[in-house]
Amino acid sequence: MTVTVTTYETATEAAHAIAAGTSTHFLGGGTLIMRALNEGDPSVRSIVMTGDIAMKQIRPAGAGMEIGAAVTMADILGSHDLGFLHSAARAVGGPAIRNMATLGGNLFARSPYGDLATALLALDGVVVLASGGGMREMPLSEFLAGRDGVAKGVVVSVRVSRPATLEAFRFHKVSRVRPKRIAVLTLAAHLPMNSGRITGARIAYGAMAPTPIRVPAVEQALEGASLDEQGIARALAVACEGCAPANDAIASEWYRREVTPVHLKRLLLGQAA
Amino acid sequence: MSKKPLQFTLNGANKAVFVEDGQNLLDVLRREVGDFAPKYGCGQGTCGSCTVLIDGKPHLSCLTLAERSEGASIETASGLADGPDLHPLQDAFMEHFAAQCGYCTSGMLMAAKALLDHTPTPTREEVVEAIAGNVCRCTGYEPIINAILDAAARGRRFSA
Repeated sequence: MTVTVTTYETATEAAHAIAAGTSTHFLGGGTLIMRALNEGDPSVRSIVMTGDIAMKQIRPAGAGMEIGAAVTMADILGSHDLGFLHSAARAVGGPAIRNMATLGGNLFARSPYGDLATALLALDGVVVLASGGGMREMPLSEFLAGRDGVAKGVVVSVRVSRPATLEAFRFHKVSRVRPKRIAVLTLAAHLPMNSGRITGARIAYGAMAPTPIRVPAVEQALEGASLDEQGIARALAVACEGCAPANDAIASEWYRREVTPVHLKRLLLGQAA
Repeated sequence: MSKKPLQFTLNGANKAVFVEDGQNLLDVLRREVGDFAPKYGCGQGTCGSCTVLIDGKPHLSCLTLAERSEGASIETASGLADGPDLHPLQDAFMEHFAAQCGYCTSGMLMAAKALLDHTPTPTREEVVEAIAGNVCRCTGYEPIINAILDAAARGRRFSA
């Protein structure tokens, strides 16, 4: 199989090449596209890359942070400003994978992968995308829902809210094997508190649908609730609403549905995963 | 198919080769350079048998596009021994029976070297985390973990 590799100066130029090409894929850290090449995936005929410095930057953006798509899990772990994402970045692969895998690539990881994307969803992630028509932005939830349709472009960065306190953001990865683990499910929650009540909760799951998803039913049930057993009871009752988990080698759909309320409870009450 | 020139250092020695578009670094190391220490296992980023150090950090060479290694310093298990003198990690692996079939060993050694280069006195948990991306189907991991901890202790004795 013949593959061509072309490197462009900027993400915009790379996006133009993707828009103009067929079977053309963007190579970030390599953990998805090189894997496809090794498997002889015939849909990978052309690869584009860029060394665009904007995609490696981590910088404050308003009240939040903007993280370049080429930032690796190891870069996140090395960033003091991104301390709230350390638990999610550490959940991805082993040390070698974390030196390679990028934030941008994680948005394209197939279920049950995509742990970081789950965390970004709970932090109101907004995707900055270079496409043939120029730069545009869209909520991460919208990007993930239409992921396969909007891929004619290059993810440049993702903007996220910075949690008010470290305790306000929680992340659990549930797996059968430690320390390297593939998710049975992944849970992320942003729980801003006002006078002891939750206000504006964001809940996201990984491995509970074909892509990481927000869980609006749980978010609504938590609005105004206190973070105790009584306060979260309604949220636990609707823990799996809107979910469509897969049967795969890691867990069955039934099992994932059964254990989701258990792990959601542990997450919300601050108990160990 | 176009070929591109690629220069890098391998265990301190300069190398210059031509690589094909899409060729991965493991393929270049084994076929073009003749370094057979890193192994092709899964090709998916799951097994870690192809682990090499690129500029001091562990990477999976089977998932690394070769042309991205321009100017890089690459280390493999072939560079660990100094002539007949084995690296302390290799000695410890032998003494602790940390290699059986040996297929994972070169990747394990490089993952362990990356750890000890930056954390000379690791805890057991740090060792487990360091090799978390490397699969061994023979040993049950305990001999490997013990070997790495022993190599770290030997390093302390050497530097004391």
